[in-house]
Amino acid sequence: MIEAKNISKIYKSGNMETKALKGISFSIKEGEFVAIMGPSGSGKSTLMHILGCLDTPTSGKYFFEGKDVSQLSDDELADIRKNRIGFVFQSFNLLPRATVLRNVVLPLVYAGVSRDKREKQAKTALQNVGLGESHFFHLSNQLSGGQMQRVAIARALVNNPSLILADEPTGNLDTKTGEVVLDTFHKLNSEQKRTVILITHELYVAKHAQRIIRIRDGEIL
Amino acid sequence: MNKARSGLTILGIVIGIGSVIAMISIGQGAAGSIESRIQSMGSNLITVMPGFQKSFSQVKAGMGSAQTLTIEDAEAIVQGIPNVQAVAPELSRRYQVVARGQNTNTQIIGTVSAYPLVKNVEIGLGSFISDQNVRSMSKVAVLGPTTRDDLFGENTNPLGQTVRINGINFKVIGVTQSKGGTGFGSQDDIIFIPLTTAQKFLAGADYVSTISIQAENAQTMASVQSGITNLLLRLHNIAEPELADFNVLSQQDILTAASSITNTMTILLAAIAGISLIVGGIGIMNMMMTTVTERTREIGLRKAIGAKRLDISLQFLTEAVMLTFLGGAVGIILGSGLAYGISFFTALPTKISLFSIILAFTVSAGIGIAFGYWPAQKAAKLNPIEALRYE
Repeated sequence: MIEAKNISKIYKSGNMETKALKGISFSIKEGEFVAIMGPSGSGKSTLMHILGCLDTPTSGKYFFEGKDVSQLSDDELADIRKNRIGFVFQSFNLLPRATVLRNVVLPLVYAGVSRDKREKQAKTALQNVGLGESHFFHLSNQLSGGQMQRVAIARALVNNPSLILADEPTGNLDTKTGEVVLDTFHKLNSEQKRTVILITHELYVAKHAQRIIRIRDGEIL
Repeated sequence: MNKARSGLTILGIVIGIGSVIAMISIGQGAAGSIESRIQSMGSNLITVMPGFQKSFSQVKAGMGSAQTLTIEDAEAIVQGIPNVQAVAPELSRRYQVVARGQNTNTQIIGTVSAYPLVKNVEIGLGSFISDQNVRSMSKVAVLGPTTRDDLFGENTNPLGQTVRINGINFKVIGVTQSKGGTGFGSQDDIIFIPLTTAQKFLAGADYVSTISIQAENAQTMASVQSGITNLLLRLHNIAEPELADFNVLSQQDILTAASSITNTMTILLAAIAGISLIVGGIGIMNMMMTTVTERTREIGLRKAIGAKRLDISLQFLTEAVMLTFLGGAVGIILGSGLAYGISFFTALPTKISLFSIILAFTVSAGIGIAFGYWPAQKAAKLNPIEALRYE
């Protein structure tokens, strides 16, 4: 479902050229749980942005579900993100003054889903990550870190994406809550057969995945 | 959204829209009152005024300076033009008037018995100047109510009393009814005397300053107006209409001229008020810029989960328009209150029209779009990766 062919990314600032990715190739099958692991500065964030259709590679080809997305425009990429990809970030990125339910509903607003259907889907997604009815109308900044990250996972799940992309999802959590969150990914992968890509710099996090792709200095080891 | 900040920012729009509404209502109120003043001068009224004093030199005296209109012109109009109801020539000047030790400076109009009919003047006490008075050059006077109040005291009966105009004694034979209106050109601060008396004893000349003609009805106005023009050209031996030493104005002409003046005034007032709207709009833009910067991460997230440029742009544009719309609504209330207050505490009439309210709403929405556009574009163009990293 994902195929990266010789992907490079070069950042230019003034006369300086920084090669963040130096010709990376790999593929991920549907239903896999893969960790991309590397120290900071290894280019794993850049790779994640390209995999998540937030950015395009300088050269090389990236096939997402069989479609070459490496040359698409901003709005075309937005369409793919909207319908096919769910993101989970290290710093949760919830709207602070909005309710839990409102946060989860948000992607469906952009997808143009009707109001009734939105709420239903959002509630199902929240129950899937273990957040019950009592939390629906809390403001998201009143939650604990673990709860916030599970809201973020529910938000990533709500539009039924084929790929869930988690960027250091446990980075802001203590070990115990981190485990709960990682467990949630496990369940999504094993029970709902969703493809999950986990980006991390810690081995014990990466070990939750079925396969680890190690990256350093913009190259796969 | 930060409530205090939004509130302070839309204050600019509130003040802008409020002052536009107030200014337009003052302008339209003034136009309305001038219009009704002109209407009250008489119905189906045509006025002949002297033009420039023509001479062989290039020197031109001012409009109305010519002394070419005479009683004979007025009589010729009565006899020569069909569909004329009444003709009232007049000679008006300002003189010092004294009565019982009180004195005032007022407009003295020498005229004939047809004047009340032509100019919609009604007699309150006594009678108006008669044809007999005009023929015999009687020294009689009819006072306007304001002049009567000034000279003899409010609501007194001055009939039979004497007033001295420019040193000549006149006997008061009547008082007109009030037509309303104050200040310069008031129809109430006035004294009427026989035209012949005014020419012989006050002016010492035999010209008249205006001839007022009442047409029979509105339909005959145009034919009467052109008939008078042709007749007077012939009488004054003028071949070219452009060289005429008089002007024939219908009430409509005067109304048009007056409303073009009040329109200009309204536009001027509104334009000055409009400047404050622009300043208010810049305030909105400034705040939206800050908001976009503050909410960079939110924008990044929205883009990451699938919002397109248009979605983001519309979100911020809607926010800006809602702010200016709210400001516009409050501004309309404030401006209407202001207009009401102005006509309540001063004599200035004001008129709040639906037009100005619709204009205010459109303008405030327009300002939201115009000044929200740039910040919205800035938000829409943010790179989602950088936006998500923004601290």
